[in-house]
Amino acid sequence: MAFGSALAAVMPFRAFAAVEDNIAAFTGGAAVGSEGITLIAPEIAENGNTVPIEVNAPGAEAIIVFAAGNPTPSVATFNFGPMAASQSAATRIRLAGTQDVVAIARMPDGSFVQASQEVKVTIGGCGG
Amino acid sequence: MADNVTPRVRVPRDATAGEEITIKTLISHPMESGQRKDGDGNVIPRSIINRFTCTFNGETVIDVTLEPAISTNPYFEFQAIVPESGTFEFTWYDDDGAVYTDSKDITVG
Amino acid sequence: GNWGKLAAQQALSQSDLLQFDTFGNVSLIHITDIHAQLKPIWFREPQINLGVGSNKGAVPHITGADFRKLYGIEDGSASHYALSYDDFTALGQAYGKMGGMDRVATVVNSIRADRPDALLLDGGDTWHGSYTCYKTEGQDVVNIMNLLKPDAMTFHWEFTLGSDRVRDIVSDLPFAALGQNIFDAEWDEPAEDFQPYQFFERGGVKIAVIGQAFPYMPIANPGWMFPEYSFGIRDQRMQEMVDEVRGQGAELVVCLSHNGFDVDKKMAERVTGIDVILAGHTHDALPEPVLIGETIVVASGSNGKFVSRVDLDVRDGRMMGFRHKLIPIFSDVIAPNAEVAAAIDAERAPFLDELTEVIGKTADDTLLYRRGNFNGSWDDLICDALIQERDADISMSPGVRWGPSIMPGQDITREDIWNVTSMTYPNAYRTEMTGEFIHTIMEDVADNLFNTDPYYQQGGDMVRVGGMGYSIDVSKPIGQRVTDMTLLRTGEAIDPAKTYVVAGWASVNEGTEGPPIWDVVENHIRNLGTVQVKPNTSVKVSGA
Ligand SMILES: [Mn+2]
Ligand SMILES: [Mn+2]
Repeated sequence: MAFGSALAAVMPFRAFAAVEDNIAAFTGGAAVGSEGITLIAPEIAENGNTVPIEVNAPGAEAIIVFAAGNPTPSVATFNFGPMAASQSAATRIRLAGTQDVVAIARMPDGSFVQASQEVKVTIGGCGG
Repeated sequence: MADNVTPRVRVPRDATAGEEITIKTLISHPMESGQRKDGDGNVIPRSIINRFTCTFNGETVIDVTLEPAISTNPYFEFQAIVPESGTFEFTWYDDDGAVYTDSKDITVG
Repeated sequence: GNWGKLAAQQALSQSDLLQFDTFGNVSLIHITDIHAQLKPIWFREPQINLGVGSNKGAVPHITGADFRKLYGIEDGSASHYALSYDDFTALGQAYGKMGGMDRVATVVNSIRADRPDALLLDGGDTWHGSYTCYKTEGQDVVNIMNLLKPDAMTFHWEFTLGSDRVRDIVSDLPFAALGQNIFDAEWDEPAEDFQPYQFFERGGVKIAVIGQAFPYMPIANPGWMFPEYSFGIRDQRMQEMVDEVRGQGAELVVCLSHNGFDVDKKMAERVTGIDVILAGHTHDALPEPVLIGETIVVASGSNGKFVSRVDLDVRDGRMMGFRHKLIPIFSDVIAPNAEVAAAIDAERAPFLDELTEVIGKTADDTLLYRRGNFNGSWDDLICDALIQERDADISMSPGVRWGPSIMPGQDITREDIWNVTSMTYPNAYRTEMTGEFIHTIMEDVADNLFNTDPYYQQGGDMVRVGGMGYSIDVSKPIGQRVTDMTLLRTGEAIDPAKTYVVAGWASVNEGTEGPPIWDVVENHIRNLGTVQVKPNTSVKVSGA
């Protein structure tokens, strides 16, 4: 159990309006589909300060990642060049509590697709 | 300026023509978010790597914009095509203006 | 009294306990979660072990009379005593202590007499949980287990020795250290110090044993002690490993797992091609395997109380049938192996004076036990000790499932206290928390136990709380389970905005300050002299 000082990181967050604004800024308000993009993230983060995520959207020009529950939702934007063998990337991110991670890809035809997954950030159980 | 910033990359030494390879990169950096406070309650100023690029023989593989939500010691894993022998160039851009680079040669046999 | 004890033990014999009609061509011997208990112990199984979602009312979430009815176990029988909680004190007088690695050695050797190439597989939580294990950084248990000649092992609490020490021990182990889900945290690659699987050729059968370490190590235990490693369930990689070993000709695929039982059940549904999962971590003891698709899941208890024997008939690359027995280690009935008994005593000899010092005793009406989802009298005592010795409003003790019981009217030695407190992050902190924050903790831990998706369960029990009562509806989602939090001292509702002094131990935060919990508990017991723990009625459970 992680009781003690480092507890502020586990207060549950709900998605802030900020993430909606951020998404709109990326998509220009266009409709967003859900096919053709995958987001892999752990069900439970081992450490909220370094959560491994992987995004993959075959053919995408760019993939943007948001942490919907962070005070500042933006995480990263991956722009793929001609020498990319796949439009996929993995990195590690900070999550201020249990929340949805959202990935949106911009496709060459100007359309957008989105995937999201909830990641639980917990102070831990105890165990057998 | 962040201290002891050291980039490390993992790239195969050789490949076949047209092979798709996996590249992993790490750079030691605190990625100070600008949201933390010090012991006196003053905000610690933001100091992060804000952009990372990888090119192969001058052409872009990936170009990443980083925000403060990227973890300490930024890590990236991605795939590149290797049509010919050449050089991968890796560049990290720090908020403080510093630029860190690394490069790896790969031989197509 | 003595008459009952004699009669009960006469009804049991070593040959009956070991009786097994050897079957097929492969034997597996499974032991797990011994938590460094080298000597026989008392160990009461849980009264409350609630299942949620699809596991509601399914084993291992059945206890007491319902459990006995399910498996046709007679009231008052040896199996009643070994596998269920009620009448524990009376039945314990009749049937005696359980476990002891010298007795386990006898059982293992007897199985090997039937089947010389039987595989002995250790599910982990081995090098943790006693005074001598702490003082020797696991070496005493390593030395004793090596005498039993295991073939492979996986891990959980071992990592709380620190990664340097773990690598130290593992590099010298004369058997395989397995964990397909142990990764190098920096580069996200399989860790070099642990193999995903090991092949064995036994009875003419090519067997692959795949290890699965505890998935939530850095959450349930201090990640700063093993920062180089990352874990997780990684069931996609488990499937890749199964496919890989099948591709290399494995005719039998065994998963030596420390996932916890419900997690193993879900993994068995998602991964195809595993014949046998040897389950650990949640400390369940089941008289029969549970069948999930074509996978059997075997649960072998904890603290050295049980050994499972699984005989398998493997033909043409397929498991055609199995025979299974959960062997209870009745320590008065199974003769100790002399070599192992002497080795255990030799490990204990340098510490014997400290181990055997009597600190206090239990009252005639007080059984100290730990297992159960919400309370155990041992934890109630530890929580009282924290409030008294650390001058706190509220105390918290981790809901771990290890730690033997103490019978009524029995001396409590230093060893007994360490058996329920020994760990490498023992500091008893004292801190202030708001009522709102205490609620957040309660909800968070409850969700790690009662989330309906087993992959979100970490396999412990609810945090034990002293000085505060609450109601819990286990069927509700996170944030809504825990209500009516009440400060017992005043009877007042916990105020979300008010600050309370909370004492606890086993914080995973680096640099936690305070005296080690065993000193806190020892002082408290010494002050009490005779320990009496009243039944705890401060947790009201619903939704089960
Ligand atoms: Mn255990
Ligand atoms: Mn465990």
